[in-house]
Amino acid sequence: MSASVLYDAPGPRAKALNWIYSGVALVVLGYIAWLIFSKFKETGQWEGEKWTPFLDADVWNNLLIPGLIGTLSAFVVGSLLALVFGFIFAVGRLSDLKIISIPCGVVVEFFRAIPMLLLMFFIYFMQPSLGFTPTSIFWAVVLGLMLYNGSVIAEIIRAGVHALPKGQKEAGATIGLTQGQVMRTILLPQAVRSMLPAIIAQLVVLLKDTALGYVLGYSELLAQVKQLDVNFHNLIPAAIVVAVIYIILNTILGLVATWIEARTRRVGHTAGPVGHADDANIDVNAPHLLNEEPPTKI
Amino acid sequence: MDLFSEYGSAILEAFGLTLRLAVFSGVFSLLLGVVLAVFRVSPVPVLRWVGAAVVYTFRNTPLTLVMFFALFGLVYQLHIYGPPEEVTLSLSEQNFWMAVLALSVYTSTFVCEVLRSGINTVQLGQAEAARAIGLTFSQNLRLIVLPQALRSVLNPLASVMIAMIKNTTVAVTIGVVTATGVNEASGQMRTMMENEANQIVLIFIIFSIGFMIMTLPVGFLAGWASKKFAVIR
Repeated sequence: MSASVLYDAPGPRAKALNWIYSGVALVVLGYIAWLIFSKFKETGQWEGEKWTPFLDADVWNNLLIPGLIGTLSAFVVGSLLALVFGFIFAVGRLSDLKIISIPCGVVVEFFRAIPMLLLMFFIYFMQPSLGFTPTSIFWAVVLGLMLYNGSVIAEIIRAGVHALPKGQKEAGATIGLTQGQVMRTILLPQAVRSMLPAIIAQLVVLLKDTALGYVLGYSELLAQVKQLDVNFHNLIPAAIVVAVIYIILNTILGLVATWIEARTRRVGHTAGPVGHADDANIDVNAPHLLNEEPPTKI
Repeated sequence: MDLFSEYGSAILEAFGLTLRLAVFSGVFSLLLGVVLAVFRVSPVPVLRWVGAAVVYTFRNTPLTLVMFFALFGLVYQLHIYGPPEEVTLSLSEQNFWMAVLALSVYTSTFVCEVLRSGINTVQLGQAEAARAIGLTFSQNLRLIVLPQALRSVLNPLASVMIAMIKNTTVAVTIGVVTATGVNEASGQMRTMMENEANQIVLIFIIFSIGFMIMTLPVGFLAGWASKKFAVIR
């Protein structure tokens, strides 16, 4: 159902009313914008010296770029590990052997139920007693990212396999493939293709979660906001610039996911329904990813 | 176990604070989420754009940054409580409400998207029938579409609330404490792990169980409710 069926095509009266509502909304918006503007002005946020650092190459070279590299390296390593983890545990949980599927299920459910920050703290403080010294903040962040997001990806892949028509598995068995061969050559490739948009959408979550590293003292983008504030007393402009960087990064990932979703729908190569690029963002139960109806884009 | 005799009351206090964060953020994010969803499907273009812009901005910004901005930006830079010398709120209240604000706004964008996908599941004929008998946009939404949409998204909505409960841990970014100075759960766990280096596994298990006690009932309740209130078609 699209939103437009909620109301008729506007007639003259409704059109006039919509104009009035739009006008009122604009006035309210303008008032809010003015409030923000004057608050900024009152506290001196518009002063040039708070914004000019962003025109300085040194600021980018010494603060923002290293922060970006910190964020991206946690993202890249975390994503790769999460994908490997997700694959292994999806296959494990799909196994017909209960000794394998039950432990894999417990692991996946446990890591999905625990706040990621607790995982990161745990890994961080466990390192010395396991003999890993000096303690690495980077690995605490990356392994935390891997365990949670890997578990979610495992569930996405599993949902993808379950959504394939039963005939796929049966046909594989009929031509004499072993269970492992059916999984490797028939089910997984199709499930991954159909779920790729949802998997990439989960990587957006992972990218945002790298900011949790700030709490542990990992030097990433958010930590640079503080550094900028120390140097230039420009916390608000710095936070806005960093927020824009995050939004741009996530938009790129989102576009890739949407593009792959459209391509998979067009090209096919999978017998299953195509997962949505929009949905995994909400940490949903996997079945929800499979609604046939694509979300309305208004 | 001397861990409990030493920290028992602090652990309870920490989870009490986490629960308080979760309850306030849950209520506010649901309210704000409904408003955003109504904006996003309304016939007024300006409201649709506002809804879309708010959702896009906060969905793509890390909660840690939102939380950080709420305290260090809104309070310390923009003085939203008023000039610092006139603020009568205690430090713990101040940080608590900023954490609630950040969590509510961030979570409301996810609530909005879930509701909107719920609106998509309501059958076309329902809204058409409502229009045919002359209901306005607001009557159509209030009486026909939203009640059915809400009933069909109980499960995903519960997932959002569970994620929100887990996200209360991010409040440690701005140091949310009780009046007696006890951190919320994740901060309390960090303190204990720092002090009791030889009992880290046990501490982790205690706090993990604490979170499961809070999140599991939400999931079960939603599962039961979504069956009881399922829309029969």
